Amino acid sequence: MYDFQYVKPANLYDAVAAMGSEDAQALSGGQTLTPTMKQRLAQPGTLVDLTGVPELKGIEVGPDSVTIKAATRHVEVERSAELRAAIPALVELASRIGDPQVRNRGTIGGSVANNDPSACYPAAVMALDGVVVTNNREISASDFFQGVYATALEENEIVTAVRFRRPDSASYQKFVQPASRFALTGVFLAKFGPEARVAVTGASENGVFRHAGLEQALSASFTAAAADPVAVSADGMIQDLHGTPAYRAHLIKVMTKRAVQACGG
Amino acid sequence: MAKDEVSASAVGAPMKRREDVRFLTGKGSYTDDMNRPGQSYVVFLRSSVAHGVIRTLDVEAAKASEGVLAVYTHRDIEADGLGGVPCGWEITQSDGSKMVEPAHPILASGKVRHVGDPVVAVIAETKAQARDAAEKITLEIDALPAVVDMRSAETAGAAVHDEAPNNVCYDWDFGDKEKTEAGFAQAAHVTTLEFTNNRLIANAMEPRACIGEHDAAGDRYTLITTSQNPHVIRLLMGAFVLNIPEHRLRVLAPDVGGGFGSKIYHYAEEALVTWASKKVGRPVKWTADRSESFISDAHGRDHVTKAELAMDAEGKFLALRADTMANMGSYLSTFAPCVPTWLHATLLAGQYTTPAIHCRVRAMFTNTVPVDAYRGAGRPEATYLLERIINKAAAELGLDQAEIRRRNFIRPDQFPYETPVALTYDTGDYLATLARVMTMADYAGFEARRQEAAGRGKLRGLGLSCYIEACGIAPSSLVGALGARAGLYEAATVRVNPTGSVSVFTGSHSHGQGHETTFAQVVADQLGIPADSIEIVHGDTDRIAFGMGTYGSRSLAVGGSAIVGAIEKIVAKAKRIAAHLMEASVDDIVFEDGQFKVAGTDKAKAFAEVSLAAYVPHQYPIEELEPGLEETSFYDPKNFTYPAGSYLCEVEVDPDTGVIDIVGMWAADDFGKVINPMIVEGQVHGGLAQGLGQAFIEQCVYDANGQLPSGSYMDYAMPRADDLPSFAVETDLVGTPCTHNPLGVKGCGEAGAIGSPPALVNAVVDALKPYGVQHMDMPLTPQKVWTAIDAATPKMAAE
Repeated sequence: MYDFQYVKPANLYDAVAAMGSEDAQALSGGQTLTPTMKQRLAQPGTLVDLTGVPELKGIEVGPDSVTIKAATRHVEVERSAELRAAIPALVELASRIGDPQVRNRGTIGGSVANNDPSACYPAAVMALDGVVVTNNREISASDFFQGVYATALEENEIVTAVRFRRPDSASYQKFVQPASRFALTGVFLAKFGPEARVAVTGASENGVFRHAGLEQALSASFTAAAADPVAVSADGMIQDLHGTPAYRAHLIKVMTKRAVQACGG
Repeated sequence: MAKDEVSASAVGAPMKRREDVRFLTGKGSYTDDMNRPGQSYVVFLRSSVAHGVIRTLDVEAAKASEGVLAVYTHRDIEADGLGGVPCGWEITQSDGSKMVEPAHPILASGKVRHVGDPVVAVIAETKAQARDAAEKITLEIDALPAVVDMRSAETAGAAVHDEAPNNVCYDWDFGDKEKTEAGFAQAAHVTTLEFTNNRLIANAMEPRACIGEHDAAGDRYTLITTSQNPHVIRLLMGAFVLNIPEHRLRVLAPDVGGGFGSKIYHYAEEALVTWASKKVGRPVKWTADRSESFISDAHGRDHVTKAELAMDAEGKFLALRADTMANMGSYLSTFAPCVPTWLHATLLAGQYTTPAIHCRVRAMFTNTVPVDAYRGAGRPEATYLLERIINKAAAELGLDQAEIRRRNFIRPDQFPYETPVALTYDTGDYLATLARVMTMADYAGFEARRQEAAGRGKLRGLGLSCYIEACGIAPSSLVGALGARAGLYEAATVRVNPTGSVSVFTGSHSHGQGHETTFAQVVADQLGIPADSIEIVHGDTDRIAFGMGTYGSRSLAVGGSAIVGAIEKIVAKAKRIAAHLMEASVDDIVFEDGQFKVAGTDKAKAFAEVSLAAYVPHQYPIEELEPGLEETSFYDPKNFTYPAGSYLCEVEVDPDTGVIDIVGMWAADDFGKVINPMIVEGQVHGGLAQGLGQAFIEQCVYDANGQLPSGSYMDYAMPRADDLPSFAVETDLVGTPCTHNPLGVKGCGEAGAIGSPPALVNAVVDALKPYGVQHMDMPLTPQKVWTAIDAATPKMAAE
């Protein structure tokens, strides 16, 4: 690890100010950033630790939406009874991120800001018609995620919360990569009235995406069989040690059907 | 001694591991936990290129970097006249010539040969400073074509070593070729199987580490290192690399967190820190990062084999032929040459009466990390070959997988049994272990379970594997004749202290095996004293007479036998002391339950009374007997030991995803006499997890450029508890004790890793029978299984 400055602001105003220092980098749970720094693959000038900012913590469950503040740890999502009642699929998702050590440190804000192409949360944000809230604006999910590790965040912009629309039903089906246990292919399915939203993570070279064909078919008929005739193309899918594009394309459909069944379809 | 003390530590009792108290409370003392006064740190700059010529190497900026004490390259090593890393085994090729044995420099000399090859050693006050300085080194390498795939290594157009232009280290064969061909000539059926035994990375929990220290006052070196055999390191490094005589070199291997073979070998880093500690006048410490372990610890397995099995019409084996390529990697690691030869071809009889066997092995150099023994070492490769081809043969002949084995087993009345590949099995009962595991797994009920699973859309399969291994390595004269540059005996010293406590100094080394418990049970049993009064000392060349270390499931069979030898000498001397004390004839003294008794009388002396007399020899036969009570014994085994067993594995395959759910794993082992069944079962459990890991999840991948994409836990999967079922392990059901060592023990450390891979693959191939799948290479990842199913599906639909 290279030397760096470390600051832990006590409020959002100071945090934004600190992000103005040279080569500043926001630190939340540090579950990606810290290993990267240990391997000397990142060299931030200043680490701005956001975990001491009270405005960034907590879960609010409303009648139509839930808001999870950015520095809320996965374990807090996993254990929130209120959230489990509102969107159980989200709680399930959090409970299967990494291992207990990761879940005790990692945060939702860090996850969406990093936008790892195999991370779980981005699929939930996309499927649940989510909004990423920052210190100066609100960004819809489709605008926020801009490809592998790329987001709409600007310099000095800090994610403060993620707001999700409450679905009628939802399910997250994660097919794990055997070593990392990130999503080799993960499908988050949410149903709002007749509308089905299908977001896929882990599969595409362009990061998280919604699958229009599957959404259309499931919006017309919310059954596993409805997904069968949908063509899921392997074009643009990731090729790596653990899965070919064809395997990933196949898994998208299998995981989608399982999600439909889990939603009672 | 109270009765309950006897029973808790008695031979055969599941005594809890004494060492676990310190391990489980974080009080273990591992190499990296140790810090020496004035210690400095070394960081190695390693090659990021698989094969190339060093064009530019400029270390001046690193030397000037803050905190740097020294920067060494091959030039400095050469200037001091040091040797390279030695190889401990020489193979004689089929044509009578010796194997090609290229130099293995401590730091790369002129050329780099694998990603991870160390080029520069930077020593600084702190590890961070050493790393900062290493980044200031200019290292430019002109890349050469990388030799990666051994199957095409002969024609790769590039030579890893100039001495081996076709990248062949040796071309060796064993067995009666003519007789084997005659067997094939009369065969009613021949089964052929081509397969890969996949490369593995050991991934011991504790990364390798070492500290070198030089005491200028006495001109004495100390090396603390993560080793399975500190005396072997002292011998190899002292005699062949650094020219330090034994009395000036102490090697310590303290608590070591797992080895699995990868910590047997002498590594360049050990020599470097020891040598450098004198040069810089400071202790020098090195601890591998995990990512460094991936590219510097010896890897395991990596065979490509074509096997053929000739049978008569009833499935009786007539002959077996195997042609194997074994990957040596870029340099010859300590025992690498013997693994695919003498530890592999000699095991190809398995549990069967195959009358003729021939095996050819070509060992290849590639631009990959050196490959050496890994839990089982050659024997898993032999077992996998046999147990896979037998199942394929059974499928082709329409025979049940158990039945074909029964038709070919060596029968209990055939022991001692001489195989056509040079081994003499002393004892065994393969029908019994097979029958037992079939009962454990409810073999008869499998078809009903298969149908029930099919109703849920799952493909269920059951796979059998019957392994044998040769442990208790090994008679020194035999291994010497086969090319070993060492003897393979073991040494032990038993010191009875004045008040009757006992210190046992063993040349075996425990790095997870539980010797401090098992060995104490042996001593407690033999001397009739509580285990609490016994300490087991290991891992220090200054305290222990000698040792060849722990690998090849040899510790109890060889090291334990040496302890027994020393105890026999102790008891013989103590009887003479007791006879003097009780004014009786030594012939009348009997030793039982920790008491020296005069037969036929009520006269008795406790063990501690005799030991006290030995050290306070006031009333003592001083004219004829020296004081003191301490004896050393070296035990050289008369034969290998032959543990054997039968394993069944049951799986459910999800045809939609290719995911394998291992629903059952049953092991029936014959380890001969069992000292501590809990530890033995634990060894089998660990071995099963490791073997299953190889079979379905551990994927070591080199790309065409010799890079290692599976070089971290993000891509190299280790089996975790939730990947595995609860194992059913029975280790003492039959028990045909070893006939040639005093404890009757055979060794249990590798069995699980040897027997389980073919059991799992056989189960998956069985499950995929409806798809016409005959074989798949390990690891059986979900993608691979799904691809096989997907490829077969259109064909099925068309039928």
